Amino acid sequence: MNRRNFLNTSAAGLAGFSWMTPMADLLAANAKNTKTGHPKAVILLWLAGGPSQLETFDPHPGSPISFGTKAIKTKAKGVQLAAGLEQTAEVMKDVTLIRSVTSKEGDHERAFYNVKTGYRPNPTVVHPSIGSILCHQLPNPKIEIPTHISILPNQWPARGGYMGAQFNAFQMGDPKQPVPDLVSFTNEHRQSQREKGLSIVESAFSKGRIARLDEQKTLHQQNMANARRMMESDQLKAFDVSEVPKNERLAYGDTRFGRACLAAARLVETGVRCVEVTLTGWDTHTNNHENQAKRVDILDPAFAALIKDLKRRKLLDDTIVLCGGEFGRTPKLNGVEGRDHWPKGFSMAIAGGGIPGGRIVGATDPSGEKERPVNPVRVQDIHATIQHKMGIDFEKELITPVGRPIALSDGNVIEELIGS
Amino acid sequence: MTSPDSQSHTQSPPIPRPPGSLIQTAFNVCIAVLVVALLSSFLWKLTHSALPDKSDDHHFDKKPAFQSTINNIDQAFKKHWQTAKISPVEQASKLNIARRLSLALTGTIPSLEEVRRLEQQPEGQDIQWWLTEIFKDRRWSDYVAERFARSYVGTIEGPFLVYRRRRLVDWISDQLFENRHYDQLVRQLITANGIWTSKPEVNFVTVTIDQNNDEKGPNETKLAARVSRAFLGIRIDCMECHNDKFGDHWKQKDFHQLAAFFGEAEMSITGIRNNSKTPYEYRYRGKKEAQKIPAVAPFSPELMPSSGSPRHRLGQWVTHQQNRPFARSTVNRLWALLFNKPLIEPIDDIPLDGPWPAAMEILADELVAHDFDLQHLIRIIAETKAFQLDSRSSDPSNPLTVTHEEHWAAFPLTRLRPEQVARSVIQAASITTVDAHSHVIQRLMRFTQQSDFVKRYGDPGEDEFAELGGTIPQRLLLMNGKLVRERSKKNPLMNASTRIGILAPDNQIAVETAYLSIFTRRPEENEKNYFVEQLGTLENKNRSQAMEDIFWTLMNSTEFSWNH
Repeated sequence: MNRRNFLNTSAAGLAGFSWMTPMADLLAANAKNTKTGHPKAVILLWLAGGPSQLETFDPHPGSPISFGTKAIKTKAKGVQLAAGLEQTAEVMKDVTLIRSVTSKEGDHERAFYNVKTGYRPNPTVVHPSIGSILCHQLPNPKIEIPTHISILPNQWPARGGYMGAQFNAFQMGDPKQPVPDLVSFTNEHRQSQREKGLSIVESAFSKGRIARLDEQKTLHQQNMANARRMMESDQLKAFDVSEVPKNERLAYGDTRFGRACLAAARLVETGVRCVEVTLTGWDTHTNNHENQAKRVDILDPAFAALIKDLKRRKLLDDTIVLCGGEFGRTPKLNGVEGRDHWPKGFSMAIAGGGIPGGRIVGATDPSGEKERPVNPVRVQDIHATIQHKMGIDFEKELITPVGRPIALSDGNVIEELIGS
Repeated sequence: MTSPDSQSHTQSPPIPRPPGSLIQTAFNVCIAVLVVALLSSFLWKLTHSALPDKSDDHHFDKKPAFQSTINNIDQAFKKHWQTAKISPVEQASKLNIARRLSLALTGTIPSLEEVRRLEQQPEGQDIQWWLTEIFKDRRWSDYVAERFARSYVGTIEGPFLVYRRRRLVDWISDQLFENRHYDQLVRQLITANGIWTSKPEVNFVTVTIDQNNDEKGPNETKLAARVSRAFLGIRIDCMECHNDKFGDHWKQKDFHQLAAFFGEAEMSITGIRNNSKTPYEYRYRGKKEAQKIPAVAPFSPELMPSSGSPRHRLGQWVTHQQNRPFARSTVNRLWALLFNKPLIEPIDDIPLDGPWPAAMEILADELVAHDFDLQHLIRIIAETKAFQLDSRSSDPSNPLTVTHEEHWAAFPLTRLRPEQVARSVIQAASITTVDAHSHVIQRLMRFTQQSDFVKRYGDPGEDEFAELGGTIPQRLLLMNGKLVRERSKKNPLMNASTRIGILAPDNQIAVETAYLSIFTRRPEENEKNYFVEQLGTLENKNRSQAMEDIFWTLMNSTEFSWNH
């Protein structure tokens, strides 16, 4: 039981307050992470729809399942990528490929949940996404902007689940546009009048209610104060990629995804714990090769520039970059030149955070006949590895609001990704 | 060139125009009609006059048996409070109770127009009158159907082509609007056969089809999980892979024998049908081979009919009048809807053998005695002391504590759901009721504004009653977001803030009307004084701005975002 932490200490549910890690723990955890050399942040490049491993990180050139897809050499000896990832090939000494990821979820929504949380969907509880776990376990009290951010989210952005909505990712669109809802639509004088009025209304509402209503239950005014702090924060500059020199900006590609990856690097530099950046369009049930290539064109410069940029800013050792989607695609082509969903052996790329680069974990069968890959890695093992690298005791169980103890991750550390 | 409008009565063919301009003209005409209609109806709504009652059949006759059930429930709570050594708080105001009912059953607050009419109702009949109004309003069935659907099929988009969630929700709404009894509704879901488009209830079954799985039919275990949680309030599905770790009540076998009732459901060219040649098979832990699983009820086997198809038998068993878990689960769901908090938490984990909280058994008896008439049970709950209690205490000798809420000795303060907040902003910004009778433009605006808002505010999905904590983005959305800005800024046509500012005879009425529109209450003395002073002698643009500021302030308060 000593490994269990109570998330919610009160049966009455003292709202979000009691679900938060006590401040002392927060500060300790933060201090620990800066001193012990654990990485501080995670960037998740989320390829929504299910990228084809064969047309990205696991080509089988010349095999019957390649259907013409070519491979290219990379800077890492013996590591090949699919043609189209030429810029990524340049940074492969810093990137390791896991080519044997397996899961049991072949439906988009369920697989999304599975890969983002490390758990399969379960009707009794909503598990937190990896970013929410990091923010819960490694809070950064110095930061004035959200520490969990989702750029270009589609319909299932990362969420806090049983840890509470305050751990949901803050959603934003193309960094070319201003971050939504951050500018007051009135002048300072009127704003201060409004605030004055609000204090009168709040005081009327709190009459006859529990003591310290806001602190103990609603957190309404506290959240509002934090919202104001964010509106006035200098740290918001991290969202604004327009101040980055043009050549550096364009290295990521002149795309929404490219700009979002650049913003992710800047946000991590500012102290944000987790940024997920979504690139949709990988669900290629028809014309697989052509449609995957279009996505690869966007991914390649952004992924490569991100790794280079983080390295140049000396942030790569402090940042884990994970790139992948909810599942892969079938080795065989269907009747309309498409590949369908394939959770039985797909790829993810991982870099930074002290994880040795230029390696390959696992392998899929080049003939497509054997479903089980060599050295299979379960989705939860990736979660356990990331949390372990970040200095989190992932086996620790939290008592969820429904009273059920759940470990932060039930995976195992992938030994090949640890040490040098 | 002759204007297009003057062409309309001639024989000559219409002049081709781009479709955009047609839409524009139609839009302008609609706006003009809307302006006339809204302005002409506005003045009397602002002041204390009220519409005559729309019909005479609003009177709800509280028969002695109705009152006696309420007395029994009140007694049960009284006894419970005495045992717990806690005193309940005072009764809430009539308007406060009406606000709770509107939020729970229509997802929005009462309009100013509705508040005026409610205030005309005689004491003692007002709440039942208000419920009659609500039950005649399509907003009630549409809203509650969506809430119910979340527990039946979740919020996922579901399998491509063979699942139409919207059809299912509309069908549930029709059943609720017609007040078809709940046991019948549930039986239709469980036994549904046919095509998902023409037989909307079939979607309850087809949503479980996993198109990426080799097995093409509906998924028995998903269906068994839904049935046990949504209709029986038990979590037997936790036993899918193992026996009960936390107790010894359920065995893995219980779950799979429940799933076996769906074994015969298969997908065919004519949609879902029964096929006795496709029994449910499962390989238990430790066994080498899958075996055919018999369809057996997990409890109360004596209530199971001996003949009929497995799903028909299951439907009869689940909804059997003596199958108490079904009645209790229905009571818990309605209670949760009304209080924004279930009587037993979590909503789908009700102990089979008790103990149950005060009133659960009385309410379950009442539901069974009235053949699962949901509207009747809502009327009963709404009339109980527990529902009508205030959410605060004005008695210094009985200060409010968290214990009051735990024991239902005060109405629980709970966070409103995103769509409730969005709809309330939209309703508060309109003097008239935004309902099915509203102009199509107003309804369209509501639809788009609401969905944009909910997306940003964060929809909790299926976690209907989980307290998930508020967020900074939620506050930013209310402070600086488009919806509040659009609906409070100067706009004499659409926005209540501007119209109240222009037409209220004096500042006091302006402030009071804003409070009634947004909080469904009148301002307290110090609140009134402050805002009246703010309005002062301001005129025209400055006055509209001051009204906008009042609307912003009230909509950004805790009171607006919480159910009380």
